[in-house]
Amino acid sequence: MPSYKLTVNGQAHDVDALPDTPLLWVLRDNLKMTGTKFGCGVAQCGACTVYMDGSPLRSCTMPVSGIGSSEITTIEGLAGKEAAAVQKAWVARDVPQCGYCQSGQVMSAISLLQTNPKPTDNDIDLAMNGNICRCATYVRIRAAIHDAAKTLEG
Amino acid sequence: MNLQHLKNAVANTTLSRRTMLQGAAGLVIAFNLPTLAKGQTAAAPADGKFAPNAFIRIAPDNTVTVLSKHIEMGQGPYTGLTTIVAEELDADWSQMRADGAPADNKLYNNLAFGPIQGTGGSSAIANSFDQLRNAGASARAMLVQAAADQWKVAPGTITVSKGVVRHAASNRQATFGELATAAAKLPVPANVTLKKPEDFTLIGKEGVVKRLDSTSKANGTAQFTIDINEPNMLTVLVAHPPRFGGKVGSVDDTEARKIPGVVDVKTLSSGVAVYANGMWPAMKGREALKITWDESAAEKRGSPELLSEYRALASKKGIVAGKEGDAEGALAKASKVIEAEYVFPYLAHAPMEPLNGFITWDGEQAVAKYGCQFQTIDQGAIAKVLGINPEQVKIEMLMAGGSFGRRAQASGELVVELAEAAKAIGPGKPVKLVRTREDDIRGGYYRPMFVHRMKGAVENGKITAWSNTVVGQSFIAGSAMAGMIKDGIDPTQVEGSRELPYVVENFQCDLHTASVGIPTLWWRSVGHTHTAYAVESFIDELLVAAGKDPVAGRLELLTKDKSKRLAGVLKAVAELAQWKGPKLANGHALGVAVVESFKTYVAQIAEVSIGEGGEPRVHKVWCAVDCGVAVNPDVIRAQMEGGIGFGVGHILYADLPIDGGRVVPGNFDGYRSLRIHEMPEVEVVIVKSTEKPTGVGEPGVPPIGPAIANAMAQLGVQRPRSLPIVPAKGTV
Ligand code: FES
Ligand code: FES
Repeated sequence: MPSYKLTVNGQAHDVDALPDTPLLWVLRDNLKMTGTKFGCGVAQCGACTVYMDGSPLRSCTMPVSGIGSSEITTIEGLAGKEAAAVQKAWVARDVPQCGYCQSGQVMSAISLLQTNPKPTDNDIDLAMNGNICRCATYVRIRAAIHDAAKTLEG
Repeated sequence: MNLQHLKNAVANTTLSRRTMLQGAAGLVIAFNLPTLAKGQTAAAPADGKFAPNAFIRIAPDNTVTVLSKHIEMGQGPYTGLTTIVAEELDADWSQMRADGAPADNKLYNNLAFGPIQGTGGSSAIANSFDQLRNAGASARAMLVQAAADQWKVAPGTITVSKGVVRHAASNRQATFGELATAAAKLPVPANVTLKKPEDFTLIGKEGVVKRLDSTSKANGTAQFTIDINEPNMLTVLVAHPPRFGGKVGSVDDTEARKIPGVVDVKTLSSGVAVYANGMWPAMKGREALKITWDESAAEKRGSPELLSEYRALASKKGIVAGKEGDAEGALAKASKVIEAEYVFPYLAHAPMEPLNGFITWDGEQAVAKYGCQFQTIDQGAIAKVLGINPEQVKIEMLMAGGSFGRRAQASGELVVELAEAAKAIGPGKPVKLVRTREDDIRGGYYRPMFVHRMKGAVENGKITAWSNTVVGQSFIAGSAMAGMIKDGIDPTQVEGSRELPYVVENFQCDLHTASVGIPTLWWRSVGHTHTAYAVESFIDELLVAAGKDPVAGRLELLTKDKSKRLAGVLKAVAELAQWKGPKLANGHALGVAVVESFKTYVAQIAEVSIGEGGEPRVHKVWCAVDCGVAVNPDVIRAQMEGGIGFGVGHILYADLPIDGGRVVPGNFDGYRSLRIHEMPEVEVVIVKSTEKPTGVGEPGVPPIGPAIANAMAQLGVQRPRSLPIVPAKGTV
C-alpha cells in the first residue's frame, strides 16, 4: 500500500492507504481522530467537514493522494478566537441534540465567522446549507452563530 | 412509538410467561427501588463510590452519576433523568453526570413496557419520574444520616442545599463526596418523603439546568458507535439484496479478496459480509463482490402498483376501528358530500449516524456496544444467534446519532446481523458492523405508505358526518408484537383517526391492512405521522365549508371531556400567534392544527407563503405544548423546534419512491432533508400543568404537516393531498 505524508493539526503523519481512500477514513481509521463524522460519503451532509489550508472541505470525497503538502485541520485541532466563540455559544444555547452532525456544523460556523465576522441570516443560510442536521437544530445553530458574532465584536 | 406497542414484544425473547406477568406488577410497584431490598445496607462498589440504588453513583470526588436506563439519541434523557435525581438529592447541577445503564431488565426495565428494557413512546421521563425521585430522596436521606452520625446531631436539624450537607447550629458542613463512604455503610431507608413541587429548584426552572452532553458534542469528543476503535477490530460491511425478500444465490469473492485490507468474506442470512481493516477497504471489497441474488420470493411491486391497489381498497369499507352514530346513513342523506384522498409515501428515518454496532465474543460471553434502544429484545436476539444465554450478553449503551424510531426493532435485525458477523468469523475477533447512507436509506424498516379516504357532510354550518377509510401495512402483524392486534385492527395504523377529539355525531373509521414485502417500522410519532395530517386537514376543510374560523370552529367542537387539554393548547397557541383569522396583511396565511400523541398535547400555527416555482415557504411556527409537569423547559422547547423541523422537512420534501421493488433514492441527494434555509422561526409556549409529566420526543411532529397544508388552502392553492407537498425535481 502506498504511503503518504500528511500534516494534520500541525503535526506530520505517515499513513499507509490506498490512493483513492477519502481523507475522512484516513483521519478516522488510520489516525484515530474520530471527531470528524461520516454522514453520507457523497458531499451532501457536511458531517465530515475539515479545513484544507484553512478552507472548509468535505473530507469524504477528497482522496488522500490529492492532499499533497496542504495543511489539514480537524475539530480536534481547532484554535483561535472564532473557534472559542462558536463553541462557547454552542454550549450556552444547548444547540446539539443527538450531536452527530455538530462537529461539521461547528467547523462550518467557525469558517463563516473567520471570513465574515457579522453574518446576516442570509449569509448564514448560504454558509450553512451544506450541513444537514436530521434533528433540525437549525433555530439554535442560527442563534448561536449570531451570539458568537456578538462575542467577537468584543 | 406507543407504550402499549411493546407490552407484547417479548414473545421472541427468552423471557418466560411468568417473568412477563411479574413484570406487569412492575407498573404498580413502581416505587420500589431495585438493587437493594429495604433495610439492606448499600454496598460500596470496589471503586469507593456510594451506590444507594441502581441509578445513582456518588464518588469521593463529589461527582454524582445518574445511570440512565434510556438511550440518549438527542431527545435529552441524560439531562432530564439527571434533573429528577438532582432535584430530590438537592445536588448542585455542576456535580451531576450521566452515563448509560447496562442491559438488565430487572433493574432497568421501562415501567411502561413491563419487563422490557427499552426506550420509546416518548416514555423516558414519564416512566422514570416517580422512580428517580424516590432514588434521589433515598440517597439524600442516607447522606443526611451519615452526617448526623458523624456530627452526633439529629437528622432533622440538617439541611441540604446545592450539594452541601449542613448543620447550621454547629456550623459544620460536608460535601456528598466526603460523606459517600460513610453513607454506603448505612441501611437504605424504608420510606422517604418527596419534595413538594413548590419547593423544586431544578425541575421546571429556566436557566439552571444545562444539557450534560453539549460540550462533548460541540468539540467532537462525544463517543458514538462509529468511533469505536479496538485492537484487532475488523470493520464489516454487508451487501444486501437489491429487493426486499431476496436471498444470496451465489457469491464470487475473488476480486474482493484481492483488495488490500480485505480480510475475509462470509455469507450471512441477510447478505454477504466483507471484513476489512477499515472502512475504505470494506467499501471497495463490497463493491468488488459478484453476487447473484435469488429473487424468487422478493417483493417486486413498486409505489405506483401499491398506490393503485391501495386506492382500490380505499373505495371499499374495511374493518371498523371506530364508530359513533351512523356515518354511512348520514352521508347517504347529506345534500353535499365533501371527499378527500390523502396519500403518504414510505419514509426512511435516516438518523444522522447510520446504524452500526460493535461486538466481541469469546465463544461464551459477548459484549456488544452500540446505540441500543431495545436492550431486552436485542440481548435475546444476540444470545439466540450465538447459542448462549441472554445473561451472557452484556450490552453497553452508547449515545446514538439520532434514531427517530429506527433503532427500536422488534426483530432486532441489526444485532442479528452483528452477531452473525461475529459468529461467522469466529470467536475472539472483535467486529464493528457499519452501514453506509445508501444501506440505511435502501435498507427498509420504513414508515409505511398509507392512503386515507375521507368523506364528510356539513349541514347548516354543522359537521354532521365523517368517515375515514385507512389503507396501509402493519409492522405489528407477524412480529413479536402481533398480540396487539385486536379484531383485525393494528392500533398503530389508526391511532389518531379511530376516534376524533371533536364532537361529530356520525363518525366511522375503518381499516384495510395491506400485505407487502417491504419491511416497515414506527417512525417518530408512529400512526400520527399520517392520521394527524388526514384528520387535521379534513376538519379544516369541513370547517371552511361550514363558514367557521379554523381556531374558533375547532374550539366549538373540542367540548368532549378528554379534549380539554387540546382546547387548552389551541387557545394558548392562538394567543401566542395573536390569531385574528387565517389571512395576514403581508399576503401570507396562517394554518393551525392540534394533536394529542403519547398523552402530550400540541397545537401549532404555521405562517406560510407561496414562493418561487409555487413552493410553499414556512416562515414561522408558533407552538403550544402541554406535557404535564415540565421537567426541563429548554429541552422541551428544543424537542418542539426539532420536531417541527423534522415534520416540515418530511412533509414538504421527503419521498422514497420504489420502482419494481427497488428503492430509488439512496442518499440525501435523492432523499431530500430539511436544510437551514428552509427552517422556520419557532416560538414555543409551555402550558403550565400539574399533571404527571409526559414525553416530548415525538409529539412536536404531527401537527406541523396539516398546519402547513391548512395555511396553503388559505392562500388559494389546492390542499395538498399527496405527500410530499413539493415533489422531487423530475418526477412531476
Ligand atoms: S459525509 Fe461528507 S458530506 Fe456527508
Ligand atoms: S444534532 Fe442530531 S443530526 Fe444534528
